[in-house]
Amino acid sequence: MKGENYMNLEFPSKSANEAFARAAVACFAAQLDPTLDELGDIKTAVSEAVTNCIVHAYPDELGPVILKARILPDNVLDLVVKDRGRGIENIEQARTPMFTTGGDDRSGMGITIMESFMTEFHLSSTPGKGTTVHMKRKIVRRGGKK
Amino acid sequence: MKLTSFVQDRQLTIALTGEIDHHSAKEIMDTVSDKIDVYMPLRCILDFRDVRFMDSSGIAVVLHALRRMNMLQGRLLLQNIPAQPYKVLRAAGIEKITEIKEECPK
Repeated sequence: MKGENYMNLEFPSKSANEAFARAAVACFAAQLDPTLDELGDIKTAVSEAVTNCIVHAYPDELGPVILKARILPDNVLDLVVKDRGRGIENIEQARTPMFTTGGDDRSGMGITIMESFMTEFHLSSTPGKGTTVHMKRKIVRRGGKK
Repeated sequence: MKLTSFVQDRQLTIALTGEIDHHSAKEIMDTVSDKIDVYMPLRCILDFRDVRFMDSSGIAVVLHALRRMNMLQGRLLLQNIPAQPYKVLRAAGIEKITEIKEECPK
């Protein structure tokens, strides 16, 4: 593959943008020729990350959500989802399956799903400054030589 | 979100459609609860055949319906779950707490 490809997006933390964000990443990832299963995993992880920005980073106001996608060598999709919201006080607690501060309509499974559906997952957060999720997903090469 | 449902012999079947995410989940949850409250079924079946995408918000939809059915001492069943939603539900161990009738053939 020649050079690396990338895309950057920024949008307000409106819930209507959840579908937009995962569709945009799915379109970008299409050049890696993923299977439907791989694409489903990527869309799910993006949806979780963007939803966390909307629900947790900016609970009472709208703020910017920054989404970056890059293609790395060896058919790896590299994703960064970043906000400038209120940050996470206790990351260990946030990572616990079924734990949520989001109330009855949230399952508390977002981070667990991102961790298990992606090849690499890294979360960094500073209270009052924002949160960054960095994820990678290797796409298995199929068929003949490319 | 368009939801179709039917009742037969106190069995309520609700067909979920489209994409279930945080944006759509609240409305789906409320509609499902309303239908359960109106029809008071002994069995409630959520049919996933036409769900094109689901993230963890869908887990909350299922748990919400399950709590509702538990209050009525009824049962909740999930059926025709396509691969992508099924993987998300499995990540939460949903198959251990509800009955899954059948997966959708690919």
